[in-house]
Amino acid sequence: MNVYVYILIAAVVSFLIRVLPLTLIRRQITNRFLRSFLYYVPYVTLAVMTFPAIVTAAQYPAAGVAALLVGVVLAWLGAGLFPVAVSCCASVFLAELLLSAL
Amino acid sequence: MLRRDILRGARDGVPIGLGYFAVAFSLGITARHAGLTAFQGFLASFLNHASAGEYALFSLIAERAAYWEVAVVIFITNARYLLMSAALSQRFSPETPLLHRPLIGFGITDEIFGLGIAQKGWLSPPYLYSAFLVAALCWSSGTATGIAAGNVLPARAVSALSVAIYGMFLAIIIPPARENRVVAALVPVSFACSFAFSVLPLLSGLSAGMRTILLTVGISALAAALFPVADAKGGGAA
Repeated sequence: MNVYVYILIAAVVSFLIRVLPLTLIRRQITNRFLRSFLYYVPYVTLAVMTFPAIVTAAQYPAAGVAALLVGVVLAWLGAGLFPVAVSCCASVFLAELLLSAL
Repeated sequence: MLRRDILRGARDGVPIGLGYFAVAFSLGITARHAGLTAFQGFLASFLNHASAGEYALFSLIAERAAYWEVAVVIFITNARYLLMSAALSQRFSPETPLLHRPLIGFGITDEIFGLGIAQKGWLSPPYLYSAFLVAALCWSSGTATGIAAGNVLPARAVSALSVAIYGMFLAIIIPPARENRVVAALVPVSFACSFAFSVLPLLSGLSAGMRTILLTVGISALAAALFPVADAKGGGAA
């Protein structure tokens, strides 16, 4: 198992995904099921990767839960990628500071 | 005209790049756990430039997954770019040389796609190239810095930074959940199923990547069958 082979495989697959539709498909996909499936995929896959991983990423699970709540609320209120990401980090930092002091 | 588009692209790339640097730094910490060098991280980030995809890639490298598994997981995590790529294909002027299509395609990220779609009229390749270069160099150097500097940071700072990537994911999935009831239901359902898969016997023995594939295909297909979208456009569009 070579790290460069992993990187190369990922790069080639990413490249093909991004380039093929743009270069080949000139018409819109008409199959309704396929369109709906592709529409839902990004949300489901990102949600699956976020939880429970966000809870176990921090040193204290409670800090991870705090980050999740802060992130959901701020994103709901319309904050962008950067503010949400930074606020999640800050809430873990503060929560762990608090928890380790107890 | 050309010079103006290049400058405009670079200017629009800066705020994206700053956000990228911070998130990529946390991604670099994941990459360091997987045993990558700073150079390998830079390379992986420049070639892939996809937060979810790279996170999955580094996790798979860490668990020494099979090569085919990497190909499948990268396909699943980056599937939304198929839609963005298809959407951008409608924005090319008939006079734009064909070579620009693969080059623009290579640069698609959630944010660069957002910039492209926000432009009026036909796409300007120089504008998107310069925005992409600024953003992608920040992204790649952020990953390399995370790998190189992750171990000089105190454990508490690393712990805090390691959730940045999930914050970014939340910022992508929550706003559409506000607009669309099905997406709003899919997020907690996906959370719950993902949690269940991580603790249930047998299923929890699968790799994280396989669990992501099974859950994504299963839940999305079910949602598509039960709640077909009338006019499914953007996918993960910014």
